[in-house]
Amino acid sequence: MVTLIILAGLGLISLFSEIFSFRKILYPLILAGLAAAFVANITDWNTGGAIFNNMMHSDHFSVAFNGVLIATAFFWFLVSPGYFHDPTNRTDHFSLLLFSLTGATLLTSFSNMIMLFLGIEILSISLYVLAGSKKQDLASNEAALKYFLIGSFTTGFLLFGMALLYGASGSFNLEAISRFIANNQGQGNVLVYTGVILMMSALAFKVSATPFHFWAPDVYQGSPTVVTSFMSTVVKTAALAAFLRLFMYCFGTINGFWSGGIEIIAAASIIIGNLTAIFQDDFKRMIAYSGVSHAGYMLLAILAMNNSSASSLLYYSAGYSLSLLVAFSALLLVAKATGAETISAFNGLAKRNPLLAGITIIAMLSLAGIPPTAGFFGKYYIFSAALKSNYTGLVVLAVFGSLVGVLYYFRVIIVMFREGSDTRPVVASPGERIYLLLIAFLILFIGVWPGYLVSLL
Amino acid sequence: MISILILIPFVAAIVVLFSGEKAKTISFYAAIAELIVSFYALTLFRADGGMQFVQDYWWIPSLGISYTVGADGISMLLVLLTTVLTPLIIYSSFSHNYSRPGLFYSLILIMQAALIGVFTALDGFLFYVFWELALIPIYLICLVWGGKDRVRITLKFFIYTLFGSLLMLVALIWLWLQTPGTHSFALEALYKIQLTPGQSGWIFWAFFISFAIKMPVFPFHTWQPDTYTDSPTPGTMLLSGIMLKMGVYGLIRWLLPIATEGIGQWGWLALSLSLVSVLYASIIALVQKDFKRLIAFSSIAHVGLISAGVFSLSLQGTQGAVIQMLNHGINVVGLFFIADILSTRLKTREMSEMGGIRLVAPRFSAVFIILVMASIALPLTNGFVGEFLLINGIFQVSGRMAAVAGLTIILGAVYMLTSYRKIVLGDKQARTALFADLTPQEKGVLVPLVVLIIAIGVYPSPILRFAEPSVKAILGIIHGHGGMALMN
Repeated sequence: MVTLIILAGLGLISLFSEIFSFRKILYPLILAGLAAAFVANITDWNTGGAIFNNMMHSDHFSVAFNGVLIATAFFWFLVSPGYFHDPTNRTDHFSLLLFSLTGATLLTSFSNMIMLFLGIEILSISLYVLAGSKKQDLASNEAALKYFLIGSFTTGFLLFGMALLYGASGSFNLEAISRFIANNQGQGNVLVYTGVILMMSALAFKVSATPFHFWAPDVYQGSPTVVTSFMSTVVKTAALAAFLRLFMYCFGTINGFWSGGIEIIAAASIIIGNLTAIFQDDFKRMIAYSGVSHAGYMLLAILAMNNSSASSLLYYSAGYSLSLLVAFSALLLVAKATGAETISAFNGLAKRNPLLAGITIIAMLSLAGIPPTAGFFGKYYIFSAALKSNYTGLVVLAVFGSLVGVLYYFRVIIVMFREGSDTRPVVASPGERIYLLLIAFLILFIGVWPGYLVSLL
Repeated sequence: MISILILIPFVAAIVVLFSGEKAKTISFYAAIAELIVSFYALTLFRADGGMQFVQDYWWIPSLGISYTVGADGISMLLVLLTTVLTPLIIYSSFSHNYSRPGLFYSLILIMQAALIGVFTALDGFLFYVFWELALIPIYLICLVWGGKDRVRITLKFFIYTLFGSLLMLVALIWLWLQTPGTHSFALEALYKIQLTPGQSGWIFWAFFISFAIKMPVFPFHTWQPDTYTDSPTPGTMLLSGIMLKMGVYGLIRWLLPIATEGIGQWGWLALSLSLVSVLYASIIALVQKDFKRLIAFSSIAHVGLISAGVFSLSLQGTQGAVIQMLNHGINVVGLFFIADILSTRLKTREMSEMGGIRLVAPRFSAVFIILVMASIALPLTNGFVGEFLLINGIFQVSGRMAAVAGLTIILGAVYMLTSYRKIVLGDKQARTALFADLTPQEKGVLVPLVVLIIAIGVYPSPILRFAEPSVKAILGIIHGHGGMALMN
């Protein structure tokens, strides 16, 4: 509860900073606030329970995921703010991001459909604005519009699904709904099942899984890179956590009904995401399509429905977020030097900035799932969870998918060693270097010693 | 002990990475230090078929993953092969100036650490991690310092081997789920799993394809000739001299004892594929014009024979495989070094443009002929002992198969001696007239190899005795004699 208040409060404070002109100290204040929120979150580990009149439920699951989300946001704030082009608007962006993070934490701890809805809306509305935050840029505007239109359409799906479930069970409370589903398997099925399908579609949209992924490439490409980086880490993690929470803990008893649908979504995401990512020249589009395939892998954890589901999803999203933070920071630095955001912008990076190249290699290896990085253990863990529940076919498909993944992630590594015509050095400030080294170290550290994260849930 | 052996190259690699121009010498001394430590380990080692120097710590307890390393006779020999060859490989590169030496030599050392890890891991997960870890440095070595077409070739190589690895990973996870209780990746626990014949068949194929790609065995070999040819010579030496043994070692340690039923069903096919790859590679080697490529194909032929020996499931065959792994490592590193000397001095690898080197470089020719003899298994060279045991082992399965296997010696003699004739004998060519004889540095690499070739060839029994108890222990599991105490 304290965590939520701190995050929301931080958002409000950054809004007011413009009026009361303490913009200069805002940035350290936010970092301190996030650190405080992280600590407050950890202290909830054993003291959780129902809060806000049983609208939310703080448990190990929510604390662990909040920890990942807040830590990711903290790292994001460490590196990203310098890149907002228009310095006068900086504080608005800060507050929007903090609100978005607040929404994300709601998604990990809701115990009522209303909170799920509020979480998704708080998360998304801020992002619609942020996607369009390069006001003079056509692509950015297009991204915002597209994201907003499809996003609101999905919200409709979500609400309709909730309404149907309410109609069937007479409650928005997850526990009541799950009790209703468990007790009345035979009655009111059509309402419940239609509701589940609608909510599944809405959440699949948020995690950008096929066939609801079409917005992702354009939005990822058009948005400012810092926003894309936030979108693909914090937002994706939160949406998947909500997905898991809802489907495993509320609809778990009828998994025989919905698992077929998620199987198809996961398989399609893995196939289409991977195959399309090969042909992308734009770095952010490549990440967008590969993000579709990663959503597919992560859905395997939800399908598995066993005691390592939540734990493997937590680990995977932590590793994935860290790797993407590095990838996007590298892209920012490269784009600053070359002015392009394509994969070929990385040409000759091994010569132009060996340290950055080395760190980017670690991130790419992690995304491709090669040991000893976090990405490998994440994949291993999710695959073993899915195998445990006998999804052998899907795991084999996912294995082939990660093989294809090597093709496009290694393209980035390969061009870094190409002797390009562009020899302008890519400069990273000492702060950025320390930041990148720290995250690369974390990727390797949780890759080699995954025990801490794994035993949390 | 083993952990120290894994740790030394890792630490050295980090030092070397930032040492700039001194990288060569530092990495060489690190490799020598590693060699000394491994010899010290050898003096403490008792060849009784059990695992020694076992270290067992929990790594990820909740998933039953532990850091367990240890060595029996087979592992110890392969560790020694790694520690002997690595300094020689590093030393052999002294005449070249690779760009970014810090990165180059630290990758070689990381590779060494990972290889030792593969040969000593006693936990399935740990084995897999080291197995993959060995892949990244060699990929980067080939990618950064390779020949013209390196990008395409190395990516093919990487995807091929990763495909095999991932199959193995799925098989390992599946096996892990079959272990009782909270599941475990420990080798012992995996050995105890009772599989139905059908399951065993699947596990067999997952493991076999993974190892077959690594060795490589027909029809999984297509990445190999290009990669060997296009890599920088130290990379080729690492690949062929040591890394290929990961596959054979995997067969002996992981495939045979776990998928015993599967071998009953499919072993004949694996044996036949191995023999096909012997014949196929030998025939292709006959028509090669590029000497480096010829060695690459001869390597497929040799390793096919080794793999056939393993699948003969006989004591002689497996013993032969173990000793021939060492011999092949020694010989092939020597031959690739010869190829490197030739191509650096003559600026070509086409054998038709060479000739008459004997007249200008007698020492070079002498060393070369010894390597050729060892490669075609002439008595008193190391190759003879190995191939004799291998063919003996295969004979116990089928005389006809042994006859096919015997062809490798004949065909091998044809292509190796032909290439020797083309390169060394005959009249001097314009290119070869000024061919300089061996430099001290080159002697420093080749003389130890030649000494090893002859020493093993004349007196192989220490090595055989060293490996025998371990081989018997593993064959005991396959032939269902049970009751083996692997750990002590």
